[in-house]
Amino acid sequence: MQIYLPIADLPVNIFVIFAMGVVVGFISGMFGIGGGFLMTPLLIFLGIQPAVAVASVTGHIAASSCSGALSYWRRHAVDLSLAAMLLVGGFLGTAAGVTLFTKLRSLGQLDLTIGISYVVLLTVIGVLMLMESVRAILRSRRGGPQQLRRPGSHAWFHGLPFKVRFKRSRIYVSAIPVWAIGFLIGFIGSVLGIGGGFILVPMLIYLLRVPTATVIGTSMVVTLVTMASALVMHAVTNHLVDAVLALILMVGGTIGAQFGARAGYNIRADRLRLLLGLLVLAVGLRFAYDLAVKPDDLYSVRPYEDTLL
Amino acid sequence: MRRAALLTALLALAIAPAETRAERLVTSLSNHQVMVTSSFTGEELVLFGTVEQDAASKPRQNYDIVVTITGPRQNLVTRRKDRVIGIWTNVDSRFFVNVPSYLGVLTTRPIPDIANRETLRRLGVGIDNFILTQRIGTDLADVVPDDPFRSNFVRLQRQKGLYLEEQRAITFLSPTLFRVDIPLPAEVPFGAYQVDVKLFADGAMIARENSALEIFKVGFEQFVANAAREHGFLYGLAAALMALVTGWLASVIFRRD
Repeated sequence: MQIYLPIADLPVNIFVIFAMGVVVGFISGMFGIGGGFLMTPLLIFLGIQPAVAVASVTGHIAASSCSGALSYWRRHAVDLSLAAMLLVGGFLGTAAGVTLFTKLRSLGQLDLTIGISYVVLLTVIGVLMLMESVRAILRSRRGGPQQLRRPGSHAWFHGLPFKVRFKRSRIYVSAIPVWAIGFLIGFIGSVLGIGGGFILVPMLIYLLRVPTATVIGTSMVVTLVTMASALVMHAVTNHLVDAVLALILMVGGTIGAQFGARAGYNIRADRLRLLLGLLVLAVGLRFAYDLAVKPDDLYSVRPYEDTLL
Repeated sequence: MRRAALLTALLALAIAPAETRAERLVTSLSNHQVMVTSSFTGEELVLFGTVEQDAASKPRQNYDIVVTITGPRQNLVTRRKDRVIGIWTNVDSRFFVNVPSYLGVLTTRPIPDIANRETLRRLGVGIDNFILTQRIGTDLADVVPDDPFRSNFVRLQRQKGLYLEEQRAITFLSPTLFRVDIPLPAEVPFGAYQVDVKLFADGAMIARENSALEIFKVGFEQFVANAAREHGFLYGLAAALMALVTGWLASVIFRRD
C-alpha cells in the first residue's frame, strides 16, 4: 500500500517502512540501543532526503527509548540524578548540533559530513566493542572472574573538581566529564540522527564506571529527552520532521523492540556485545565503501533555499 | 476617391490578421486541478485540442503541435563530486535560478523536423532550447545545451520524471483533432503550472494557446505540511508527544510483570 509522505514529498510503501521499523526495533530491543544508526541509513537508501531522514528518525528513537525507559523505571534501574546531569550537557550539545546541521545543509556538505562521521564513529566504536567483547569472552572461557569495574584504576578526569555523588549508581565523580559526555551525545545525535545509546552506554561503563544495573535505564532516559528535544528543534529550525514517516517507524519500532528484548535475554551479555560490535562495524564499513568508491552519479540536484539569489 | 482608399485600407486591415491567424487553436485539459492525497502515485492528464480553420485558411494537413508544460519556478543547485584525498565529495556547484520545477515538452514529430533551428531557439521549443538561467559568478545567463552542468542537470531531472521530452507523444485523431497525455510523476512539485500549446505549419508558428493548471495537496497531507511549515514549534511538540504516547502504549501493552 502506497502512502504519500507529506514532508518528504514522496510516496512510499507503508509496509516496507513498517517492516524496517520492526526489524530495527528488534535489534534495538535486543541490544538496548535506539537503532538510529541503522534506521537513518536505511531511509536514505529508500530515497528519502538525508535531512528529512535524520530529523524524522529522532521521533522513532524517542518512542523506542520511552518504552524502554518506562520498563527500566519500573525495575528501579534508572539513575535520575545522573541522567539530569548528562542532560545539562545534552541540551547544549543538541542545540549546537541542530545549528551545525542547518549550516551544513546550506553549504551542501551535509551528506559528506554525515558520511564521514558515520565511518569514523562506527568503525572506531565497532572495533572497540569487538576487542572488548572478545577479551571478555576469552576471559570467561578461561574461567576467570568477569570484571567490568576495575577498582583503583582512575583516569585523569577523575581528579577534576565539582565532584558529585550519584547515589543510585553508587559513583562519586566530577560533573565535568558527565557534562562533556552529555554534550557529545546530544551533538552527534542531532547531527547524525542517532540516539547515541551505543556510544553512551560504553562511555558510562568504561569512563564513569556506572554499574551495569543502572546504565541502560539511565542511558534510555537521556536518549529519550535528547531525542524528543532534537525532534522539536528540528521541527522549529528546518521544518523537516515528517510526522507520518515517524509514526509508522515508531509503531513498528516499539513492537519490534519488545520481541528483540525477549530474544536478548537468552543471549549472554558478552556475546551480545560481540554481535553489536560486528553490526556497528559493518554499517561503518558500508559508509566507508560509499565514500571511497566512485559514485554511480557524480552530479546531484537539490533545492536551494536562500535569499542570496 | 479618398473614401475608396480608406475603405481599401480598412479592408486590408480586416483581412490581414485573418490571413496571419488563419488557424485557431482550441484546447481543453482533462483536469485543471490535481489534488495530491495520501494515495497519490502520479497522474496522467489528457489534453485535447482542435485546429479550427476558417474560410480564409488554406486547407492543410501537415500541422505540428508542441505542448510545453512548465511547473512553478524554483532555485536549484547542481553539484559535482570529485575525488579529494581518497573521498568522493562535492567539489563544484552551479546555481539554476528560477527554473521550472517541472518541464514537459510533447510534440507530434522530432523537434528538428518542425522548424529551423533559429525559430526553435527563439520560441524555446524543446528542453535544449528552453532557457535555464544559471548564476555564473555575478552573471545570470543560460549556457550551451552541452555544458556539463546543464546537461547533467537536465539528465537528473529527466530521471526523476520532472523534465521530459517526448517527440511523438501527440497524436492526431483526425486531420484537425489531437490528443496528448501529460504524465505527472509522484514527486511532482506543487503550485501553478502553465500549459503552452503551439501550432506549427510549414516551419512557422501560426497559432498559440495558453492554459493553466494547479497541483496542490489536500486533506491530511496539506494539514501536516502546513503545520510543519507555519507552526514549527507546536508541530514539533505534537510529534514529540506522539513519540512519548507510542512508547508508553508499547510498554503498557507488552508489560510482562
